[in-house]
Amino acid sequence: MGDILDVAREQVLEQGVGLSQEQLVEVLRSPDDRLPELLALAHDVRVKWCGEEVEVEGIISLKTGGCPEDCHFCSQSGQFTSPVRSVWLNIPELVEAAKETAKTGATEFCIVAAVRGPDERLMSQVKAGIEAINSEVDINIACSLGMLTQEQVDELNAMGVHRYNHNLESARSYFGDVVTTHSFEERWDTCLMIRESGMELCCGGLVGMGETLEQRAELAAQLAELDPHEVPLNFLNPRPGTPFGDLEVMAGKDALRTIAAFRLAMPRTVLRYAGGRELTLGDLGTRDGLLGGINAVIVGNYLTTLGRPATADLDLLAELKMPVKELQKTL
Amino acid sequence: MTTLLYCGRCGRESADGDHDACRQALMLEPPRYCDQCRRRMVVQVHPMGWTARCSVHGEVSS
Repeated sequence: MGDILDVAREQVLEQGVGLSQEQLVEVLRSPDDRLPELLALAHDVRVKWCGEEVEVEGIISLKTGGCPEDCHFCSQSGQFTSPVRSVWLNIPELVEAAKETAKTGATEFCIVAAVRGPDERLMSQVKAGIEAINSEVDINIACSLGMLTQEQVDELNAMGVHRYNHNLESARSYFGDVVTTHSFEERWDTCLMIRESGMELCCGGLVGMGETLEQRAELAAQLAELDPHEVPLNFLNPRPGTPFGDLEVMAGKDALRTIAAFRLAMPRTVLRYAGGRELTLGDLGTRDGLLGGINAVIVGNYLTTLGRPATADLDLLAELKMPVKELQKTL
Repeated sequence: MTTLLYCGRCGRESADGDHDACRQALMLEPPRYCDQCRRRMVVQVHPMGWTARCSVHGEVSS
């Protein structure tokens, strides 16, 4: 077997074939002195198979807190002693958030609810919200409302939802250490329904939750098997009161190796910076990731935590001469 | 000027410890506790800001 970066250069960069789980383990084990070479290769892969453009998205929490699930990283679970309180956003505030997002040049606006799956009240609120946004704002609408039935998939599709987010969260072999109130397979099934529906599937996960490098590679391989349109990559931001609240923040170099590995697993996907990057990577690392495989960002704040100012990311993209994707185009 | 009696992040008394880590953390998260009465606040994060409402002491925002 040859050097893994030479193999990746031929297999992924030249042929567009993602690395296997075993190959990804080798990438994740690559030494620090080869990190610049790894990131440069991942960037070349991203430019060749996705282009120069970067997709910008904003997110908003429609229903915060009080979730019955026990995802150990999440401050919105009602099962932990997190200080996050339940709150619903009203429609005028939702429309205002969409307007704020669109002003940044973002093409996607994702409406998120902390639920196991949507009930009638939530579906009704989402429908009203989408109609109100569409009447005032020119932006693609995505949703993240938990696990769905086929009927709900069809309803959301009929509402004009452009993309649906449902993360795998972690590798199948580690999932039981992260969530006990539902199974990896339940998540997988929702993702399959979305993929078949005509909506774009957005499916990623979190790293830095105590998983092994092998399990990190496993997550990338399982995502590649699902073949989502977009993969949001989150880095654990340990939240007070959650079971993972005392974990160490992931090392920046490990985070960058993970970004590159995910790009080498999925050369054609939209690979998005999501939560935790500010804490894990800082400003310099954010730049390195954009030059190491990332081609999409969440601008502004997250659901319960804050991000960098949107202008900081947009200025960085301009400095790196990475054009922001325009509306109605698909990467 | 209002004296902050409680830490907006951890909810402990401001005089109890230096809260340096809390101040650092509050650069990347909104306060969750009212700094006057330590009640948990209802917080809504928006793409470009946040609001936090205490049932007794009213709303603060970014």
